[in-house]
Amino acid sequence: MKLLYFAWVRAKIGIGEETVSPPAEIRDVAGLIDWLKARGAGGADAFADLSLIKVAVNQDYVELDHPVAAGDEVAFFPPVTGG
Amino acid sequence: MIRVQQEDFDLAAELKAMTDGNHQIGGLTSFVGLVRDIAGGETVSAMTLEHYPGMTEKQLAEIEDEANRRWPLDASLIIHRHGRLEPGDQIVLVACASAHREAAFEACHFLIDWLKTKAPFWKLEDTPDGGKWVDARSSDDAAAARWAES
Repeated sequence: MKLLYFAWVRAKIGIGEETVSPPAEIRDVAGLIDWLKARGAGGADAFADLSLIKVAVNQDYVELDHPVAAGDEVAFFPPVTGG
Repeated sequence: MIRVQQEDFDLAAELKAMTDGNHQIGGLTSFVGLVRDIAGGETVSAMTLEHYPGMTEKQLAEIEDEANRRWPLDASLIIHRHGRLEPGDQIVLVACASAHREAAFEACHFLIDWLKTKAPFWKLEDTPDGGKWVDARSSDDAAAARWAES
């Protein structure tokens, strides 16, 4: 599974992307976030307030109950500020 | 058409290319977003626009498809820049061409409102206190929400 981080989420995690193999019981975005928070490396800080986090799976916006699986591209980022 | 690029764009040349040879077009509207030198009371000397390559193009294409579904457009164009920009620089261009003005005006307004809440770009401003990530504004969400179909 490929994880991508953007803007201040990237700054807090410390890297822009990584490839991970979460345990099989991680089945949705919320579970993945809990796993990343417990792992350390800035995860607890980056995901402290989930109201500030947007999630995309395979480049489409999703909610926290959206399933995730091996091979997915999952991105975490703040609300967008383009235009 | 969608373009995501670092380079600047030439407004007149882009608009001419949209309408050249199509004499069905009676109205052409455009919106250009510029970098301001002040934000939230602080001086901004420059900004860096980060984006999510791949998802940016996908989201912009979906937004453009939606505009073409709702309004009878002869041509539409979205250009969004990324990288380092300074006050006065052009950030974004949205342009719509149609037989009549109403569709051109409304589709252009819709595109910029939706783009601001859906396209994955983030602004990092250089201020006297250092780099500062721009916060999303609830007024932008409200502007996009008014285009929701009932």
